[in-house]
Amino acid sequence: MDLIQPTPRITSDSDERAGFRAWLPYPSTEPCCEPVAHIRAENLSIAYQGRQALRNVNLEINRGCITALVGPSGCGKTSFLMTLNRLTDLIPGCQVSGTLHINELNVLAQTTNLLNLRRTVGMIFQKPTVFPFSIRKNLELPLREHGTHDRTVLAATIEHVLQQVGLWQEVKDRLDRPAQGLSGGQQQRLCLARALVLSPDVLMLDEPCSALDPLSSGIIEDLIVSLQGHYTVIIVTHNLAQARRIADHVAFFWSYEGVGKLVEQGSAQQIFESPKEELTAAYISGIRG
Amino acid sequence: MISSSSNISSRSTSEGLLSWTVRLLALMAGGLLLLVVLFLFREAWPALQHIGVARFFSDPGWYPTEDAYRLTPMIWGTVWATAGSILLASPLGILSALFCHFYAPPLLGRWYRRMVELLAGIPSVVFGFWGLVVLVPLIGRWHPPGPSLLAGILILTLMIIPTIMLVAHASMAQVPVAYIHSATALGFSRWSMIWHVILPTTKVGLFTGILLGLARALGETMAVLMVCGNVVRTPSHLFDPIRTLTANIALEMAYALGQHRAALFVSGLLLLGLAMLCVGMAEGLRYRNAYVATK
Amino acid sequence: MLRQSRHVQEYGPTAIIWAAATMVVVPFFWLMGDLLWNGWNHLSLSFLFSAPQNAGREGGIGPILMSTLLVVGVCMGVAVPIGLGTALFLSEYTRQDHALGRLIRASLDVLAGVPSIVFGLFGNALFCQALGLGFSILSGGLTLACMVLPILIRTVEESFRAISRDQRLSAAALGLSTPTTIRTILLPAAIPGLLVGGILGLGRAIAETAALIFTSGYVDRMPESLMDSGRTLAVHIYDLAMNVAGGNPNAYATALVLVGLLLIINLSSSWITTRWTSFNQLPA
Repeated sequence: MDLIQPTPRITSDSDERAGFRAWLPYPSTEPCCEPVAHIRAENLSIAYQGRQALRNVNLEINRGCITALVGPSGCGKTSFLMTLNRLTDLIPGCQVSGTLHINELNVLAQTTNLLNLRRTVGMIFQKPTVFPFSIRKNLELPLREHGTHDRTVLAATIEHVLQQVGLWQEVKDRLDRPAQGLSGGQQQRLCLARALVLSPDVLMLDEPCSALDPLSSGIIEDLIVSLQGHYTVIIVTHNLAQARRIADHVAFFWSYEGVGKLVEQGSAQQIFESPKEELTAAYISGIRG
Repeated sequence: MISSSSNISSRSTSEGLLSWTVRLLALMAGGLLLLVVLFLFREAWPALQHIGVARFFSDPGWYPTEDAYRLTPMIWGTVWATAGSILLASPLGILSALFCHFYAPPLLGRWYRRMVELLAGIPSVVFGFWGLVVLVPLIGRWHPPGPSLLAGILILTLMIIPTIMLVAHASMAQVPVAYIHSATALGFSRWSMIWHVILPTTKVGLFTGILLGLARALGETMAVLMVCGNVVRTPSHLFDPIRTLTANIALEMAYALGQHRAALFVSGLLLLGLAMLCVGMAEGLRYRNAYVATK
Repeated sequence: MLRQSRHVQEYGPTAIIWAAATMVVVPFFWLMGDLLWNGWNHLSLSFLFSAPQNAGREGGIGPILMSTLLVVGVCMGVAVPIGLGTALFLSEYTRQDHALGRLIRASLDVLAGVPSIVFGLFGNALFCQALGLGFSILSGGLTLACMVLPILIRTVEESFRAISRDQRLSAAALGLSTPTTIRTILLPAAIPGLLVGGILGLGRAIAETAALIFTSGYVDRMPESLMDSGRTLAVHIYDLAMNVAGGNPNAYATALVLVGLLLIINLSSSWITTRWTSFNQLPA
């Protein structure tokens, strides 16, 4: 609702074309990666059934940039992502403390409208999770749920996002076929399109390439790079080379006796070339982890 | 953002409505057992109050019209029929599960299992009818009169073999393949593998199956009613006709009034208690087993 | 030496196991063969649709089929919505370790083991007497609904639980509300489970006798409303076999119809299971 928009968006529903344009990300501005905080986490801690998984994370994520979260498994990166769209609510016994803001929206507040939050913050999972129906319906469902019913708008939006993820040429003749018939890489791109269809501000990707072959993985990687500037992208990855190739900023997490902590953050260049912490240096040069 | 804010309110109402409907339905289903117990108690209460529990065991006999309510012969009937059928069906059920899993060629094993599933689905009244027209005359030719404890045991056995076999089969399917491979790699013969590896690891499953079979045998009504002769007398050997608790209810409920009706509800309560005990034990076993497995 | 002792060890168990398997097969084929042999000749279209005469010795089973249909219809009409709602509650609205959920699940497990005759007593006390419905198709159907509820709920809940967590998470990540997620993602995925649960319940309902003899009653006329007493197939077999001298031929034919119906039900449930699993895995 009152999520403050930095860039003016056209939100009038009276004009059909304008309604369609409203779905496009940042329609009027040039792509940008500004040193302006979009997401701010302060003293964020997460516990599962009383056991701490992540402690006292202080992290700022800049608007329009690609931020990679790296670190060994079990250090709380995915938990951090799931806090941003409150998917943690679905996990039994999960408690989150601290503060977390996306723009001015207090994410952890009781009163936060979860459905709207999740519309603003898109998420892609490790394994492609297309729904068991047609490609078209996979994309239409979230749009309809969030109030778009006009057929021409739906069709135009679907074509637009499919082109954005480079899938349009491949699937335009089989939109009504089951989405599960696509290959793994195509499915993951469809999931990306399904998140983009809601024109989110923030896009979170949880190891989006780990279940894919190198070729599909490369395509997804290029896609993520093309999103830079249009969305605030947060990507969890185990692949340091990938992080180095695509990220503007890097946050390095480490698990101390089962409790995840943020060790160091900075620009990708700084983290990879002159890390401040010894642990970071050791990890990126492959000594530990 | 703005376009979707308009249906936020309607959306949260439908969400609330659904969650309350679902909760209400679940409470109805969950409360059903309580309702069953309450109603049985309510109807049995006059008998429990005026006749008292002791008289169900000490009265001279079961003559409801003359105010005598001795349930003992029926209890013995149920006990003997159930015990006999469990004794026969447990080995047969477990052995046929082993057959299906380890001895039969794959195709035959599949067909065998399908057949047992079909057997499980045959209505008890059909078993009873077949027992009445085929089995009872056969027994009668061998040792009159025919309708007897033995006929009841045989029919019940046939009816609970599927229960025991299918539960045993399911728990055998859960034995990790690695166990079987390593036993085979150690040079175990098929039977010693079964004896030393399969049976010990599936012990709990087998026992659960037997308990569920027991519950089914205890509660079975139509088949025993049709083949057991229904004479109210404590049986002294296999060829005596018997009447079980369940058959007693089915036979007399239609015309029972007052104390008589209440006494039948008392026997219903007794059956309910026994069945709950069996199922409770089976569930407890399963729960403990699951707990051990996850540890 | 070693080889010989192993052979001795192996022959015994193998023979015993094959013998046990045979001992289970023989009565099954005997029973089915007997039903077919004695029932097939009496089976005809007119048997299926005409009314019983002379206490069922002659005539057909038309009204009885009708009563069966109505009793089972009432049963499923009541049990399916309650079962679906409860299964949704157990799988979507409570966590697996939730106290209330566990209580409901435990009570349903116990309910599943309650003898059908006890349901009969309960139905007689609650529906026939306390609610004043008398011996009627409605009472019988409601009693059966109580009886099939546990098996229905268990199957449906399992099919909801079988849907992967990823699907739920990604639905939530797209901001879909719970009702939408249930309607568009969960229900369609659970349809085979729902059908199988319904069919299993249906099978139990059709096969039931003990719970019906003193709830829906014995009357073998064509029922005119749900408040009429009606005799189901299973009760008809019982009555012909036990209370009508010379009723056996028609009892055989009725039993054949009943077993045939159950066979169709059983086959269709396994057909649905296999077909749907392969359908979901097909690429396109």
